[in-house]
Parts: sequence; C-alpha cells; structure tokens
Amino acid sequence: MAEAAVQTRVAGARVRSRMRRRRSPLGVTGRYALLVGIALVYVFPFVVSLANSFKTDQDAANNPVSLVPKTFTTAAYQRLFQSDLPLWLTNTVIVTVLVTAGRVLFDSMAGYALSRLPFRGRNAVFAGLVAVMAVPGVVLLIPKFLVIKQLGIYDTYPGMILPMLADAAGVFIMRNFFESVSPSVEEAARIDGAGVFRRFWSVVLPMSRSALITLFILSFQASWNELPQMIVSTQSPRLFTLTKGTAQLASGALSAGSQFPIKLAAATLMTIPVAVLFFVFQRRMMNTTGGATKE
Amino acid sequence: METVMARAAGTTSAPARSATRRGPGIRGRDGVAGWLFTAPVLVILGLFLVLPIAMAAWVSVSSWSGLGSPFSSTVKFVGGANYAALLAKPGLAQSDFGTSLRNNAWYVLLVVPVQTAVSLLLAVLVNRRIAGQGAFRTAYYFPSVTSSVAITVIFLFLFSASGTVNAVIGWLGGTGPGWFTETRGVVQLLLQAVGVHAPAGNGFLGLTWFDWVAGPSPAMLVFIVMAIFTTSGTFMLIYLAALQQIAEEIDEAAVMDGAGPWKRFWYVTLPMLRPTTFTVVTLGLIGTWQLFDQIYVGSKGGPANTTLTPAYLSYSQSFINNAWGRGAAIAFILFAIIVLFTVLQRLALRERTPRRRRSHG
Repeated sequence: MAEAAVQTRVAGARVRSRMRRRRSPLGVTGRYALLVGIALVYVFPFVVSLANSFKTDQDAANNPVSLVPKTFTTAAYQRLFQSDLPLWLTNTVIVTVLVTAGRVLFDSMAGYALSRLPFRGRNAVFAGLVAVMAVPGVVLLIPKFLVIKQLGIYDTYPGMILPMLADAAGVFIMRNFFESVSPSVEEAARIDGAGVFRRFWSVVLPMSRSALITLFILSFQASWNELPQMIVSTQSPRLFTLTKGTAQLASGALSAGSQFPIKLAAATLMTIPVAVLFFVFQRRMMNTTGGATKE
Repeated sequence: METVMARAAGTTSAPARSATRRGPGIRGRDGVAGWLFTAPVLVILGLFLVLPIAMAAWVSVSSWSGLGSPFSSTVKFVGGANYAALLAKPGLAQSDFGTSLRNNAWYVLLVVPVQTAVSLLLAVLVNRRIAGQGAFRTAYYFPSVTSSVAITVIFLFLFSASGTVNAVIGWLGGTGPGWFTETRGVVQLLLQAVGVHAPAGNGFLGLTWFDWVAGPSPAMLVFIVMAIFTTSGTFMLIYLAALQQIAEEIDEAAVMDGAGPWKRFWYVTLPMLRPTTFTVVTLGLIGTWQLFDQIYVGSKGGPANTTLTPAYLSYSQSFINNAWGRGAAIAFILFAIIVLFTVLQRLALRERTPRRRRSHG
C-alpha cells in the first residue's frame, strides 16, 4: 500500500518534470511575449486616457498617440471641478454608500434566512429569486420608470436609491456561502439561548467576513458604475451622478473632437475609486479558485 | 443598531420562545424570523422588479403617451397594435426595429465567439505558474471592473476621426475610416471594393435582404471591440476557476500517453471545460442582446441608426418620442429574444454532452 503510494508519487514527479519541459508549444519567451503584448493592449486605453487628460485640447487633437503632453496642463481637471463635477461626485457617493450598505445588510439577511431558517414558503421565495435573476436588466428600464413615477419618487434620491437596495444575485452569493459553512457555532449559540437576530448579528455576521467583503466589492462597483437606473429615475441636473454627468459630457460635442481632455479627465476621475478598491482587494476579487492561485 | 436588533429579537420572538427549545420549527420563532429576514429583499424586488413588469405589460397594450397615470381612464386598450406596428406593419416603426435587430444581431454574432475564445486564451495563459502571473491577471481583468461610461468615453477618443487609432493607421500608410460617420456596413464596404453593389429587392422587417447582410457599421465595430475588451476579463476568471478544478492527474495521464500540448488542450482540457463554455456563452448571449449604456453614451444610435439597438430603441421610443406602448412592446420582444437564444443554445450545447454532469458552476 505504502509502496504503491510512493511509486505513484515518483511517477507523478517524473511526469511533472516532463510537463515542465514540454509545457508550452510556444516556449517561455513566446509565452511571455504574448502575455506582455496582450497586457499592453489591455492597459493602453487607460494610459492614453490619463495622458491626454493632461493635454491642451489642441495637443490632444493633433497628437492623439503621444503619451507625453507637449505642455502639461491640469486645465481639464480645473474646469471639471469648477463646473458640476463636485455635485456629481457627491450624488454618486450618496448613492454608493447607501446602496452598498443596504445590499450588504439585506442580501445577507435574506441569504441567511434562505439557508438556515426553515420557514413556510421558503422554497417559493427561492424559486421567485431565481426567476427574478433571469429577467434581463435592460428590459426593466421602462417598467422601473413607471413604478418610480407612480410612487411619486421620480427625480428624488429615494427614486435613485430604493430600486437598487437589494439584488437577487447578492442574496444568492450569501445563501451559497451559508450553505458552505457548518452551522455548529450557531447551534452552540442557540443552545446558549441566543435569539435569531442576536445569533445573526453577533455570531453569523462576524464569521462571514469573506463573503461580506465580496458582496461589498460587488455592490460598490455596481452602484458606482450604474447608469441606466439613473437615466430612468431622474432628469434634473441637480441629481446627476458621475456616470450620467460624464455621459452628458461625452455626447455634448461628439464630432468636434476638440474637447477630449475634459471628457477623458472625467473618465479618469470616475475610474480611480474603483481602481483603488480593485487593487486593495485584487486577490479576493480574482480569487475564484479558493487558494489555488498562491504564488 | 445592535441594540435595536437585540430589542427587536426580544419583542418579536417572545411568544415563540418555547418553540425554539424544541429545535427549529417551521411555525416557531425561525418561521417568523425567516419572513422578517427576507422581507426587505422581497419588498424591494417585488416593488421594483415584479410590479414593474406587470405595469409594463399593460402599457405595451395601451395607448399611453407618458402624460398622467397609465391607469387613468383616458388611456385606451389597443390590443396588439404596438406589437403589430413593430413586427407586421410596414413603416418607420418597423424599419427602425428591424434595423436595431440587424445591428444587435451582428454585435452578438461577432462578440460572443470572439470574447469566449479570447477569455479562454487568457485563462490558459495565466493559469500556469509563471512570474508576474498576478500582474497579468490584473491587467486583463481591470477593464471589466471599470465603468462602461468611462470606457466608452476613452474609446470615443481612440476612434475619433483625428484619434489614436486613425493616427496609427496613418503611420502605417493607410487611411482610417470615419469610425463614427461611415454609415455603410463593413461587409458592404468590402463588397463595394470588389465592385458588388446593393441590389434592390424585398426583405424582412422593413429592411432589404442586402441591408441584413451588409454587416456592422464601423461605429458598431468599435462597440464590438470594446465589448470584447471589457468582458473577456470576467470570463477569463470563470474559465480560470474551471481550469484549476481539472485535476492535474488527468493532464498527467495524457502526458503519460504521449499527448503533446495541443492534443492535450483539444482532446482533454477543452472537452472538460464544456460546462464552463456553456456558462460563458449563455452569459455572453444574455449580455450582448442588452447593449444600452455604450450606445447611450457613445452614439445615441447614430450614424444613420447603424448603432441603434433594441434596448436603446425601447428607451428612445419611450423617453424621447413618448411612444411608451411601443417602447414597452420592444422591451418584451427583446425579453423573448433573449429567452429564445438561451433555450436554443442550451439545446445546441446539451446535445453533445449526454455523459458529463456539471460539477461546478
């Protein structure tokens, strides 16, 4: 038995070393060239955007390829900050904070109930969530507007925020998470006489940090980048978010091509928070594999 | 917050206290708590997802013009008139809708296969343990997390008449097209280059057959490239997760049998990835039929409606033209198209995999 195991291991090592040698049909250099080449293509648009946002309108129109501004200027950023950008930023922050908080709380509560609390109608609720997830978001543009208008919350913060406060996919993530962890600690708390809410708040949530962070990242990114919901729930410039404001900026002088630095500056600015979040949590965001990617 | 919760726990569950002692019961404290815990999500989704669909279903068979409530007595039931205007009655509404379907169909046809192939390639490339693996993954995934608005703005600059792409084409001695002004399809442009011109003739949904095969306009091509750029990172992660679940032993066994890298990929890896490919293609189909943000930001359907999509048309018919019934009808037809494609694709990919069960999502 032990001998067989050793033999397998030796054979495995031999194969692995053979694989290492014949790993790639391209060879190591070819593989790296490909990896770097593709990476450049993926990064290039962002670099171009950043570089051109510091150019003058004239310079950006005449030298669109150059990554070094002829005369370095922050004029585009200054103009943005003197105009409505601070307002857009405020609105986006309000929406993002409330939506993210709401989703993290409500989705984890519902996910917990669907996994742990056996209540009558649970299966029906679950089936309903699956059905809701299957509805394509864009199909709901007009319908959402109709309800928002009917409820009298059109062109208000509640109209922008309430419809995004929960999402079926988030509930799903949390439910799957709770399904994957053992309920033994909660059981101990239950025996100690802790009620459902106390168990959830003081025992379950602290244990669910990793899933909550995932949910936080997804919610933050989704609400920060949301455009269609803002289009159908508001019209007054007072309520423009970064996405809607920048979208309006982009379609303003489409063909002129001379105002690009200010548009690119807005695009760059709205990318920064998501980029920061991405770099802080990049391991978690890209760790779909549960630790198999350790380097 | 904590005290509120604790107090709530105390009050709501007082009558059911004895039930808990007997363990979890459907009617006990957990039963009440189950509904309380799911209530916020149910209220929000019910109010902003289920109810809207019901309201829109009514609007799609009504004459509502956007003024007042769609349920007021002046709004009339018009039956299938809105649907007929789009599908059966020749006219502007029909040809606009046909155009939007044509545009989006080309988009789907080109984006889905390419993004699937590119994401698989990226996943295979970054799956091996190599120096800088994390940095490469980051670079490929980053476009997927950035806002569609920001990326559209950047691509508008790259592909503007005096933009980066045309400047590079210029260096190479060519002349770039007016990406956002050229209204002919790329297939049409290629055909014209060899002397074939548009024949007259009848067609389908207000477009001639030639219009249908004329291909995406250069502007649509920009959106196609952009979609591949922004989605391949996400799908790369899905493939990567699947690749790492393929046991190393299987690959090793194939090596023992003397299979080279290409053979291993085609005959071992790819078949094992079929469930993942199914997921990626399904998500791709669902996503690509919903092209909206980029059009809203980038082109508003122009030039000459060549980037009009059903999703954008549904929006513009309602919010700009006040033809709410027609806009809602387009949304429902789009929904049907997405369901149809998902089902068709399911049938097509299921057929050849009778043995393997899905082992992971």
